[in-house]
Amino acid sequence: MSRNTGDEKKTSNHVPRSALPTRRQFLTSGVSLLAMSASSTLFGAQDEETRAPIDPMRVPGLSPRPYGERSRFERQTRLVAGTFSTTPLQDLQGIMTPSALHFERHHNGVPTIDPTRHRLLIHGLIDRPMVFTVEELMRFPSTSRLAFLECSGNSRDGWGEAQDVTVQALHGLTSTSEWTGVKLSTLLDKVQKQRDATWMLAEGGDAAGLARSVPLTDDVLNNAIVCYGQNGEALRPEQGYPLRLLLPGFEGNINVKWLRRLKLGSAPFMTRWETATYTDLMPDGTAYQFSLVMDAKSVITKPSGQQQLQPGFYEIQGLAWSGRGRITSVEVTSDAGRTWQEARLQEPVLPTCHTRFRLPWRWDGRETIIQSRCTDETGYRQPTRDALINVRGVRSIYHYNAIQSWKIQRNGFVSNIYA
Amino acid sequence: MHKSLLVTAGVIGLAFLMTTAVWSADQHDSAVDLGRSATDEEIRAWDIDVAPDGQGLPPGHGTVAQGAQIYAMRCAGCHGPTGREGPQNVLVGGHKSLQTVKPLKTIGSYWPYATTVYDYLRRAMPANAPQSLTPNELYALVAWLLYQNGIIAENVELDHDSLPRVEMPNRNGFRLDPRPDVR
Repeated sequence: MSRNTGDEKKTSNHVPRSALPTRRQFLTSGVSLLAMSASSTLFGAQDEETRAPIDPMRVPGLSPRPYGERSRFERQTRLVAGTFSTTPLQDLQGIMTPSALHFERHHNGVPTIDPTRHRLLIHGLIDRPMVFTVEELMRFPSTSRLAFLECSGNSRDGWGEAQDVTVQALHGLTSTSEWTGVKLSTLLDKVQKQRDATWMLAEGGDAAGLARSVPLTDDVLNNAIVCYGQNGEALRPEQGYPLRLLLPGFEGNINVKWLRRLKLGSAPFMTRWETATYTDLMPDGTAYQFSLVMDAKSVITKPSGQQQLQPGFYEIQGLAWSGRGRITSVEVTSDAGRTWQEARLQEPVLPTCHTRFRLPWRWDGRETIIQSRCTDETGYRQPTRDALINVRGVRSIYHYNAIQSWKIQRNGFVSNIYA
Repeated sequence: MHKSLLVTAGVIGLAFLMTTAVWSADQHDSAVDLGRSATDEEIRAWDIDVAPDGQGLPPGHGTVAQGAQIYAMRCAGCHGPTGREGPQNVLVGGHKSLQTVKPLKTIGSYWPYATTVYDYLRRAMPANAPQSLTPNELYALVAWLLYQNGIIAENVELDHDSLPRVEMPNRNGFRLDPRPDVR
């Protein structure tokens, strides 16, 4: 729906005979021609505009290459704005986010770090303060899991007036990857954590020195990973190369990137990012602090904001996720909330991961509103915007997770509204 | 009969072996001979955080007047001549604005600990040259910012002893995450 590369000329199998090279031309031209700039007279059968062969079965293809790239017909990109960029949720398939499209947020740029010079220091309330190289961490027994990461400021426009933009611009600060590394508990055993160590400062090696206090709960000790891998290769620089902390289900920024130091203590360290920012201001003037878990949220990605529909069949698709575990149910309405239908959850359905939901639907050309609402394994159900605002007001910036409404106008245009 | 006994013994033996295997894998995790001890010197160089009780504050001191000069040189370009103008974060003002429809979250109106100001300036500011300010410059800057916010008097000099004792207006403005709060 958002692509514009599929016009008939390029996908047609019907090729006029005169446009094809003769057998002799083809044999003498050979593979070396592939390296030359494409010319319609040599290849005869190339599309003028895209320079792709009209019949790829009649032209030898490309050679292997050391590092792959997607087809040049694919144009999905992150949307870059200031100190962050958003994932094109409307273009994703399945539940994984390609590393190149994983959202970014940084506080003074993406540092360039030589992994051979990078060190992780662990100190504080432990018996053995230690320094690890990246190479040493990679030699520890490894662990791997899929997890979503979501910036707690994701969807923050929802607190204000409805913006007429895409799902990517509204909700694109969330992504799912496979993360590989060494369990935090393995390292804390190694340095002999002391009993009264109940908090841990995690500090990044970027030009903000971003640092957060992590409560050392059983949940954290069981699930936290010091990661060096993402989707089968090293972390991307934007994701913390060469080391980051992963706390599945927790707000993005506490999954500290470019991790250089862990300091154990008996109280939170009260850095700027857990006092001045990433605290949720309530209408009474007090603020929630250490609101770390991301509550359940879902959003329909197809169809979604700024897309154009024609009457007929569509499979409604979207993503749902919860920091508190698995998504157990997603309901969808296509008649502005009068009736709700159970959507099908597409496997795999994993804890603290994007979960894809689907529901067949026929748009009859009438104006309507579509919405999704999810429930997670704790029984928590995604709230309406009214219910959320009723408790938290509209000034808390973070953790907006209300039901998203898309209005479909009679002319087929989809836009963001509050309903 | 004999056969089933053998099978039982085999199952028990296998279970024993599996237990042993799991046990040794766990042992292996923490017994890996990787990494080295950190020296005190290394820890001192890296240990830049400042806790609310003042732990981590280096020796040094600075006055409001000294802070005014440093602020004008290093900070005003992004935060405005008095810390109220921007274009980057507003640092001064917003007193009693948190419950209004236009809350202004500044060091004076929102930050619960004066030590956090030192910690943040030390690690991250100025954004174009982080970690370039000396302890004396940092104490002076914090003093100026607190003075501008009406929290300390103009003649106060800050050091590692006095800074943690500064009481911030919004010290009790935070509560632990009560979610799930929406039904």
